[in-house]
Amino acid sequence: MTARLSHRAIVLFALMLALFALTFADAAHLRASRAGALAGEAGLAARLGLTDLCLFTEARYTRHLSQADLHSAFQDHPLAFEHFPSGSLTAPRLPVTEHEYLDRKTKSPD
Amino acid sequence: MNTWIEKQKALIDFTLASLARRKIRNLGLLLVYALIVFLLASVMLFTHALRKEAGQVLANSPEIILQRLVAGRHDLIPPGYLEKIGRIRGVQKKQGRLWGYYYDAVLKANYTFMVPQPGALLVPDPGKIAIGAALARMRGLVPGNTISFRSYSGKLFTFEVASVLPHQSELVSADLVLLGEEDFRAFFELPPGHYTDIALSVANPQEVRNIATKLAAQLPDSRPILREEVLRTYESIFNWREGIVLVLLSGAILAFAIFAWEKASGLSAEEKREIGILKAIGWETGDVIKMKFWEGALVSLAAFLLGYIAAYLHVFRFSSLLFEPVLKGWAVLYPRFELTPEVDGFQVATLFLFTVFPYAVATVVPIWRAAITDPDAVMRV
Repeated sequence: MTARLSHRAIVLFALMLALFALTFADAAHLRASRAGALAGEAGLAARLGLTDLCLFTEARYTRHLSQADLHSAFQDHPLAFEHFPSGSLTAPRLPVTEHEYLDRKTKSPD
Repeated sequence: MNTWIEKQKALIDFTLASLARRKIRNLGLLLVYALIVFLLASVMLFTHALRKEAGQVLANSPEIILQRLVAGRHDLIPPGYLEKIGRIRGVQKKQGRLWGYYYDAVLKANYTFMVPQPGALLVPDPGKIAIGAALARMRGLVPGNTISFRSYSGKLFTFEVASVLPHQSELVSADLVLLGEEDFRAFFELPPGHYTDIALSVANPQEVRNIATKLAAQLPDSRPILREEVLRTYESIFNWREGIVLVLLSGAILAFAIFAWEKASGLSAEEKREIGILKAIGWETGDVIKMKFWEGALVSLAAFLLGYIAAYLHVFRFSSLLFEPVLKGWAVLYPRFELTPEVDGFQVATLFLFTVFPYAVATVVPIWRAAITDPDAVMRV
């Protein structure tokens, strides 16, 4: 006698649900096993005083995103097109929300 | 209870047999559906894990970096600048940093030359350097090898590789070349007393803003960059990137939505005849709707589970193979990194809701319309 279709479906879904649950267990396992490496990475960043991830090395404003000039997207000439693909993937500078204009809060003239 | 379960099982039997009659079409739908979930889940898992990792890795970067601007551009810190800062209350340590970029024509890639801060345990001896793992891999270097760089003044400098930075930290150190202060100054012809920028450490985190305000008042040509700004930059960059990828994917998602809607809502003549026959042999409207509900639920749940499991494996077990070309851009030196899995349950739930729910609803509504009409009229269509 062949198994009913519904029984086969139940077994298949149970299997997929088990795998789904297993991804969470695997995530916890990987987190625990990579905790040392992550701590080492954070330790190196702290010791060297690193400020940025090494994701795009092609230009200084993509290598050190947080340290780039304020107008780095158009730094070469006004209305310059971006030379690098990562320029279209990284966020444009939003002066009002991105940076605190601390100089405006000072009493001394610039 | 048992009768109810048996009834549902019978409905599932019937639904699956009905789906199996149009095997190719339904399998195609399931695959495309699972692929869409896979793409969405991959983007979601990848960006969330990268965002978390950036936050954890950069959590101990300097509290304040002080840059000097000349004509709106980052410029060197001149001698005497450090002393000008004087003794600001709350500043634990102030340290001039030396770092810069070097374009290597051999590899056609940019390196970051950096002098480790004193006491960092990584300060190489004169004539020696420590290099990032990606750089070592690309140039085929191991400790003990020598490498020459032509400086911007045209002179050739030869260094011995003292050590290679650990592979696990490539995400922050792939392109680093660490060297001693004398070597750095000689290589870039930087006179003594000049620095790239200044790192300040602050004891009390709540004082950071006040200190930055004082610095801006005292040194109007300076630009303080706070650690929280650095972290916020990375937070917003990954949000932006996730958005860009989703925009690129939106065409595919829309195409699928139209396909699924067409499949789920527009009943074929065959399906209408099937409903008519079912009603004629005594099925109630409720049973027909339940049968179709099971169809929508089984297909969408299977697609979600298959897509999500594949996305998890893709991102965390196969190092996001599909995203690498997009993220790499034109960077020659790209770090090999394994992301630490950080799964946000709320995001998974949102994905579930947005992928499973609409399809299940889209299947039920037209069936309800067909099921409440007269069987004879439905069969005649």
